[in-house]
Amino acid sequence: MHNKTLAELSKGLASGDFSSSELTKHYIGRIKQLDPTFNSFISVTEEQALAQATAADSRIASGNTTPLTGIPIAHKDIFCTAGVKTSCGSKMLDNFIPPYDATVVEKFNQSGVVSLGKTNMDEFAMGSSNESSFYGVVKNPWSLNCVPGGSSGGSAAAVAAQLAPASTGTDTGGSIRQPAALCGITGLKPTYGRVSRYGMIAFASSLDQAGPMTRTAEDAAMMLNIMAGVDEKDSTSMDQPTPDYTEQLNDDLTGLRIGIPKEYFGEGLTPAIEQAVQSAIKEYQSLGAIVKEISLPNTALAVPCYYIIAPSEASANLSRFDGVRYGYRCEDPEDLLDLYTRTREEGFGDEVKRRILIGTYALSAGFYDAYYKKAQQIRRLIKNDFAAAFEDVDVIMGPTVPNTAFEIGEKSNDPVSMYLEDIYTIPTNLAGLPGMSIPAGIIEGKPAGLQLIGNYFDEGRLLNVAHKFQQATDWHLQTPASQIKRVER
Amino acid sequence: MEWETVIGLEVHVQLATKSKIFSGSSTAFGAEPNTQANAVDLAMPGTLPVPNEQALRYAIMFGLAIDAEINQRSIFDRKNYFYPDSPKGYQTTQMDEPIVGPGIVEVQMPNGDSKSIRIHHAHLEEDAGKSLHEDFHGSTGIDLNRAGTPLIEIVSEPDMRTSEEAVEFAKKLHAIVTSLGISDGHMSQGSMRFDVNVSVRPKGQGEYGTRTETKNLNSFKFMEEAIALEVERQIDVLEDGGSIYQETRLYNGETKVARSMRSKEEANDYRYFPCPDLLPIIIDSPYIEAIRSSLPELPDTRRSRFVDKYRLSSYDASILSSDKSTAEYFETVFNVCKDAKLAANWVMGELTAKLNSESLSIHECPISADNLGKLIERIIDHTISGKIAKQVFESIWNGEGNADVVIEAKGLKQVSDSSELESMVEDVMSKNPDQVANYHNADDVKRKKMIGFFVGQIMKVSKGQANPGMVNKILMQKLKD
Repeated sequence: MHNKTLAELSKGLASGDFSSSELTKHYIGRIKQLDPTFNSFISVTEEQALAQATAADSRIASGNTTPLTGIPIAHKDIFCTAGVKTSCGSKMLDNFIPPYDATVVEKFNQSGVVSLGKTNMDEFAMGSSNESSFYGVVKNPWSLNCVPGGSSGGSAAAVAAQLAPASTGTDTGGSIRQPAALCGITGLKPTYGRVSRYGMIAFASSLDQAGPMTRTAEDAAMMLNIMAGVDEKDSTSMDQPTPDYTEQLNDDLTGLRIGIPKEYFGEGLTPAIEQAVQSAIKEYQSLGAIVKEISLPNTALAVPCYYIIAPSEASANLSRFDGVRYGYRCEDPEDLLDLYTRTREEGFGDEVKRRILIGTYALSAGFYDAYYKKAQQIRRLIKNDFAAAFEDVDVIMGPTVPNTAFEIGEKSNDPVSMYLEDIYTIPTNLAGLPGMSIPAGIIEGKPAGLQLIGNYFDEGRLLNVAHKFQQATDWHLQTPASQIKRVER
Repeated sequence: MEWETVIGLEVHVQLATKSKIFSGSSTAFGAEPNTQANAVDLAMPGTLPVPNEQALRYAIMFGLAIDAEINQRSIFDRKNYFYPDSPKGYQTTQMDEPIVGPGIVEVQMPNGDSKSIRIHHAHLEEDAGKSLHEDFHGSTGIDLNRAGTPLIEIVSEPDMRTSEEAVEFAKKLHAIVTSLGISDGHMSQGSMRFDVNVSVRPKGQGEYGTRTETKNLNSFKFMEEAIALEVERQIDVLEDGGSIYQETRLYNGETKVARSMRSKEEANDYRYFPCPDLLPIIIDSPYIEAIRSSLPELPDTRRSRFVDKYRLSSYDASILSSDKSTAEYFETVFNVCKDAKLAANWVMGELTAKLNSESLSIHECPISADNLGKLIERIIDHTISGKIAKQVFESIWNGEGNADVVIEAKGLKQVSDSSELESMVEDVMSKNPDQVANYHNADDVKRKKMIGFFVGQIMKVSKGQANPGMVNKILMQKLKD
């Protein structure tokens, strides 16, 4: 059963081949058997999952269903889940049980989707390797000594290892797309404002966006159908039409204009990944697309710009973790200052502290203009680069990540090289555009990702472009089967 | 040396919205601690602010009332600091792009002068919660009911030169916000709080002296005291050859003592930056014009109307018009009795004195405007004299019924029956034959003075109820005979 896509599971449930309870038990069984090795879940909510599955089975029996009713998925542990621990990968929230659901979670619950549990992640979504999680590193199912990427590394690994058919993720600088690329799955970061951020623990509010992590583009469309839409609880969510994303999946690509930004093929890109991307582009040409080289001249500024804006916002967003109302509190504080300093010193990990310091510094009196304000100006330039490009092309394509999955520990003492993991994904977040990563090759046993970038609220086209590629190729069907078999034994 | 004082004010006004500025929690005053604080107010992880449009409309109303520029684009910023009653670790406020730009407030001084105070800007922000230091055995309790209550902070230019000007300015702001209905203006509940910036300089000097800020004064009286104390302190320091340091000070209204809270060096770096959870607020001219056209009558307009319509002095008119409820009370009294001068005198005199002595607001006044109007009507139609009216007023205040009921029950009706009055006059004359004789021997000038004696006696006999006009007439007649 775990080999099936969401679309196939949906059909199986509808035709009675298996029940939601059977399906849920099957996945819970796999998690219990395999996840001690991968460490992709922080919490497994077996009891709740089985109750949801029972409820879903009655819904199916009464015909009151949505396409995903009864299908179990996983949620990144950044989404608040009522009554279920939501840690955000941090010691700070190891004891935190929210009394409310994130809007995304609420929407899945209302659709009758079963939640298997909460997936591992970099602490407060800060990281590209999952090594900063308080709950330990996640192992890449393709190569157990490699990282799964991050910050949605647990979600990516769980889907790749088929411990869940799909998962939610969040992406601030590449946190859906980079782990999707490193784990050989499909990941979509929607347009900023497409999906509600309510109940999603904030890292950098102007960049954070939730999206689906699945095996196929069709599955991502089914997930996005539930996730997308304006939310009165999030005033940055946009009131834009929400089409049925599955409807335009098969649109013909003849005449599609693909832009290839020359800046995405420079120094640092692994040649084998470049080759994989070039073959994918050739595939698109054979599907009728027109390819042209474009320029996004300010690309090189994106990483430094991001590492001012994201930590600045984070430094304020994380101020609420002060030991006063919820979460971790240091023992026997002497006074208020001691409560604050020890709570935060003991509750946050190194990477989180590093970013709070960077952000605090960048916003300080006397530095604000040189850093924060300048970064906002650069952000505008990056946005303008994309706006100019989209006057001539429909979709932009390039590599998702410059390399395949790296070894655990390889970059953990070199933050800058870790930050460069997101060199191709960060510009999309700064511009607020939708981006996607789909499997496009396997290099020495490890997946390579192709990134697709669309215009604002053009997720339908991105999914269509990805789906047509997946109809013509089978990279997305590759699984780390031999690795998983080894773990099973 | 002669010194000049320079004062600027920052005024926090709580807006009278039903719910908070960024959440749906109630803003009602006086609830049990933390019963009006939801997940957003508690800054639970993942929660987000949603702006309250009514708070925005109220801020725009204030801006229009002071003839200010309304900024069609304004931004919410985060002001970062750690304190337990600030759950997010930052206050959401407005810094560089506030909703209300420069404006002007006209102030009437008791001596009849008027003065223009420039407003630098006014911005929207959220209030903090409260730290409760008692009753927690050495710990501190936090009540977040007030956290997120919408405020406008009104920042003046340093245009005031005396504490009286500062107080009149503050009262004018109070009049404006209550007339607009955008704040309940309840000072004792913290609906209006003042930070005063004070400096002194030798008279004639162009540059300002170094200023201090005294924070969080919650009454006109405390503000006046705090300014006076600070001016005195600064002059003492300077005359002793010392220097004033920029600092934040606190004034204790109970002990009448001020102290330094923190120096400029200790000041926080608030690291303001635009709040990424809130998009810029963009409003267009039709939106602003629709608000302008629905503005209620403002104190200045009302004051001119009172001067024109009721022929009141400018200062009397400004007192009666400053507070919307007082103005409405006065106008109701007038509509019943139709005598503006009497109505004004009674409202500003007897009524205000009684309210003040019992520390009541006009809302809590036990005499309705209608009843006060009827009482005055009884003076005008000679049912009672002005003197008896004060006695009736007391009785109405004490809940003994309206004017007619009290007059009837106590038999206070003025005696206007001429035969009854004649017999009273005759009785008094027959009991005072010497005075009658003296009268007859006196010249006209003396006689006028002596009349008063007989009137007084008759009033005594009638317990003040004799119609004084008729008594005079009858007396003159009888004394001639």
